Formats: sequence, C-alpha cells, structure tokens
Amino acid sequence: MKSEIRWQFVDKVGRVVLNFFAAAGRLGLFASETLIQCFHRPFYLKAFGAQLIEIGFYSLPVVALTTLFSGMVIALQTYTGFSSFSSEGPVAMVVLISVTRELAPVMAGLMVAGRIGASMAAELGTMRVTEQIDALTTLSTNPFRYLIVPRVLAGIVMLPILVLIGDIIGICGGYLIGIYKLEFNASTYLMNTWTYLQAMDIVSGMTKAAVFGFIITLLGCYNGFYSKGGAQGVGQATTNAVVSASILILIFNYILTEVFFAL
Amino acid sequence: MKLLPKAKHGMVSRKQSGEMPKLRLMGVYKAFGKKKVLNGVDLDVAKGETLVIIGGSGTGKSVTLKCILGLLQPDKGGIEFDGQNLADLTQAERDEVNSKIGMLFQSAALFDSLSVWENVAFSLLQNKTVSKAEAKRIAIQKLAQVGLNKDVAEVYPADLSGGMKKRVGLARAIATNPEVIFFDEPTTGLDPIMSDVINDLIVSTVKQLGATALTITHDMNSAKKIADKIAMLYEGKIIWVGTVKELEKTKNPYVRQFVAGSANGPIKMEVKV
Ligand SMILES: Nc1ncnc2c1ncn2[C@@H]1O[C@H](COP(=O)(O)OP(=O)(O)OP(=O)(O)O)[C@@H](O)[C@H]1O
Ligand SMILES: [Mg+2]
Repeated sequence: MKSEIRWQFVDKVGRVVLNFFAAAGRLGLFASETLIQCFHRPFYLKAFGAQLIEIGFYSLPVVALTTLFSGMVIALQTYTGFSSFSSEGPVAMVVLISVTRELAPVMAGLMVAGRIGASMAAELGTMRVTEQIDALTTLSTNPFRYLIVPRVLAGIVMLPILVLIGDIIGICGGYLIGIYKLEFNASTYLMNTWTYLQAMDIVSGMTKAAVFGFIITLLGCYNGFYSKGGAQGVGQATTNAVVSASILILIFNYILTEVFFAL
Repeated sequence: MKLLPKAKHGMVSRKQSGEMPKLRLMGVYKAFGKKKVLNGVDLDVAKGETLVIIGGSGTGKSVTLKCILGLLQPDKGGIEFDGQNLADLTQAERDEVNSKIGMLFQSAALFDSLSVWENVAFSLLQNKTVSKAEAKRIAIQKLAQVGLNKDVAEVYPADLSGGMKKRVGLARAIATNPEVIFFDEPTTGLDPIMSDVINDLIVSTVKQLGATALTITHDMNSAKKIADKIAMLYEGKIIWVGTVKELEKTKNPYVRQFVAGSANGPIKMEVKV
C-alpha cells in the first residue's frame, strides 16, 4: 500500500517536471519562430505603429505614476531610515541609482506586463478560439508575421523609452520630496544628482527594459496564440501571461544585474 | 508519409479515368488524443465539380477541411492538390496553394479588428495587387453579390447578425476568385429564403469562376440544389458517394436514414436520457 502511494507521488512529480520542460520547449520554439519571421517580408508597418502607440503612449500614465511615487518613497526612506545619510548628497545619489538601475525598469516592466501582456493574450486568445488565426493562414498571411512580430518588436522598442521617461519622472519625485519636505537646498541637490549621474546606470536600466519588453510581449502572444477552450481558456491564457511574465521579469532582473554590476 | 501506397479504395468506387482530380484524399487519419475522428478518408474531387459532404454533427467534416488547408496535420495518409502531395511542399509552395483556395469557416471567423469591407478585401489589400480604392470597390461588389448593401461595408463584424456574418465570410471567400472554394455549412443560421439565395449564389459563382467546390452541409435541400456529387462521412470514413439522383434511389440504409432525417435506423445518436 505504502509503496503504491509513493509511486503515485513519483508519477505526479514526474508529470509536473515533464510538463514544465515541454512548456519551456514550446516557448523556445515559439520564440525562435518569432525571431526567424522578423527577417521575412512583408513587414506590417501599420500594425507595428499601432502597437508602438498602444504599448508606449497608453502606458505612459501608469509608468509615470508608479515611478513618481517610487522616487518619492526612496527619498523619504533614505532620509528617515539612515540618519547619517540625511543630507543632499546621499539622498540624491540613492534616489538616482535606485530609480535608474532598478525601480524604473522593474516598475515599468510589471505595470506593462499587467496592461499589455494581458490584453495581448486576450486578443490573440479570442482570435484563436474564433478561428480568426486559422482564417489568416487560409488568406495566405503568416500569423507570426502579421500578429506576433509587430507586437514583440514594439515591446522591445517601447519599453526602454518608457523607462527613460520613468527615470526622469522618478528622479523628479525624489527631488520634490527632497526640496519641499526635507527642505534641502535645491541647487545642491541638483548638483549632486548631476555629479553622480552615470551613463552605465541609465544604459543598464534601458537594456533591462528591452529584455522585459521582449518577455512581456512574447508571453502575452504565446499564451494567447495557443489558448483553447472558449472564454474560459482565454481567461486562463490572460492570467498565465501576466503571472509568468511578472515572474520572469524579476528573475531576469536579477540575472541582468549580476551581468552588469557584479562581474 | 510519401511512401503511402496509392489509395486503398475501401467501399468507394473510383473512376480511374485519365483526368487528374483537383483534390484527392488518400487514407487520411486524424485523432485527437484517444478520440479517433478520421479513419481513412478517401475522396476525389474533380476539377470544376461541386462535391457536398454530408454527415452527422461531430463526425469530422470540419476536421477534414482543416486537414486539407494545413490547419491540422493528418496523422496518416496523403492529400493531393493538382497532383502535388501537400506534405511535400515548402512553406512558400504551401502559401501558393492556399492562395488558390477560398474558405468559408463554419463560424465565419471574421477579423473583428477590421471593418466588413476590409475583411472582404483582406487578401487584395495584403497582396497589394490593386489600389485601396479599387479593393474597396471590389469588396462592395462582392458584398452586393451576397445580398448586403453598401451601408454594411463600414460596419464592424461585432455589430452583425449571425447570418450577415456568414454572408460576409462568403464574400471574403470568393473575393480573390479562387480555383477551389470550401464552404463549411454556408446556410446554417440563415432563414429559408436567404438560404436559397446563398445556394443560388454558390451555384452561380462556382460556375462563373469555373471553380471546384467542396461544401459541408446538414441542409439536404441545399445539398440537392448545389451538388454534382454527394459524399457521406460516417465514423471517420466516406461510406457513400453518388449524384443527387443516385442519392434519391440509394438503398444504403445509413444514407437513407440521414436523408430522411429519421431517428430510427442504423445510425444511433449517443444520447443518454
Ligand atoms: N482542435 C481539436 N482538438 C480536439 N478535438 C477536436 C478538435 N477539432 C475537432 N475536434 C473533435 O473532432 C470531432 C469532429 O469535429 P468537427 O468539427 O470536424 O465536426 P463536424 O463534422 O464539422 O460537426 P458539425 O457538423 O457539428 O460542425 C469532434 O468530436 C470534435 O470534438
Ligand atoms: Mg463542422
């Protein structure tokens, strides 16, 4: 009896592991097909433009708000948490480094994952279950080229730009708290921000953002493209897209930080 | 897959005249998991012929069309288009074949991000063979052919009734003047008069284009009106092929039951009361 239960357990674990590798393999194939189709004509410029606006322009408010408050809270925490740092120099530096290296890319990534990843999964999922993706194929249009390539490229292009804007707004948030709440000297604060500013911090943040943009759009498209089973399947695809993209963003954030700063 | 012997004919007699069929299915098998849907479908469609497939709900009629279109991969068997085995084609050749086929999906499958006329003109706009204005003109003309007027052109598919969607799907399927047209239940969900209009339309477009047509239907009136030949799919096989006249005279109990629409006969529906 006991050994039977044990075998059942092994069976379950084995299944989970196999499913995990199967899913990883499918995602890998999906990613490589997307990359291959990037180099095939025709390129759907109009769809690409529409996605740039959808991902970039319409995500601006959420990214601006989250980075603004992140910058503000970092300024406040640095001041209150470390009394020895409570002057213009350290606060400006901590705000600058944490916003550009970590907060702006991660916040923007997670926000866009919620907004864009979900909507892409829902849109492609609906197209799948209503046979619109099949219809594309019968109309001699490659669904990867028509649907997925524009979305993934727009994600890779737009996220770094969003993060650059987020950097500026986050630093402004820190500045506002520094000047109006902590009553620092404005010009000293700005001077300090300027001296500590390093290209590497900005570039690393934007590189992370490009990777996050790829992850978000790829997982949104992947989950939608292979969804099945009607409305419920589409709902499942949407959830999976957001959850898996958020987890991968945090994992890759660590890996990229290691690559940029720890080596 | 290529080495498959040339068609085990089963119960279906096949005229082996010199003419190559436009479309030939040879022993096509398809299963989903444990569920076997197609169990060796053999079917020839001659050039310019209209073949109607009849058969119960869930017997795999739509799956058969999807196998031909390459949307599903058959597990076994060969499908030839103009004598070329579809499994041997490269992606570009496959696209070329698909561009010769028009398909009306059972669910219409209109693109809901595009307006009605953009749906109809989709292929024309993609191929950029004609200007946008010309594509729109053609789309409106095709819509008129299926009994829809100009006002519908700018509407989005979500705002159409089921029957109107079907007609837009039909207009999209014939917009590029394809050599082969597949209609998956063209008259389901239409009122009797519109059904007849669509039947006439199918007959006239097929004739006008000189197209080969493969139609799926449950509607026996429609089948009798448009078919040159009728084939019946049952338990994953084509069990009967014949003309409309032969259909009326056949002694095949399965076909007779289906045509009569009777619950009593050799075909048992799996219903648990
Ligand atoms: N993608 C799929 N995955 C799993 N099973 C499928 C899939 N497509 C079809 N099937 C199954 O194959 C069987 C045949 O489906 P199909 O859509 O071809 O039926 P049909 O003959 O067109 O019926 P109807 O006349 O109701 O449209 C059904 O039992 C269906 O559940
Ligand atoms: Mg069907």
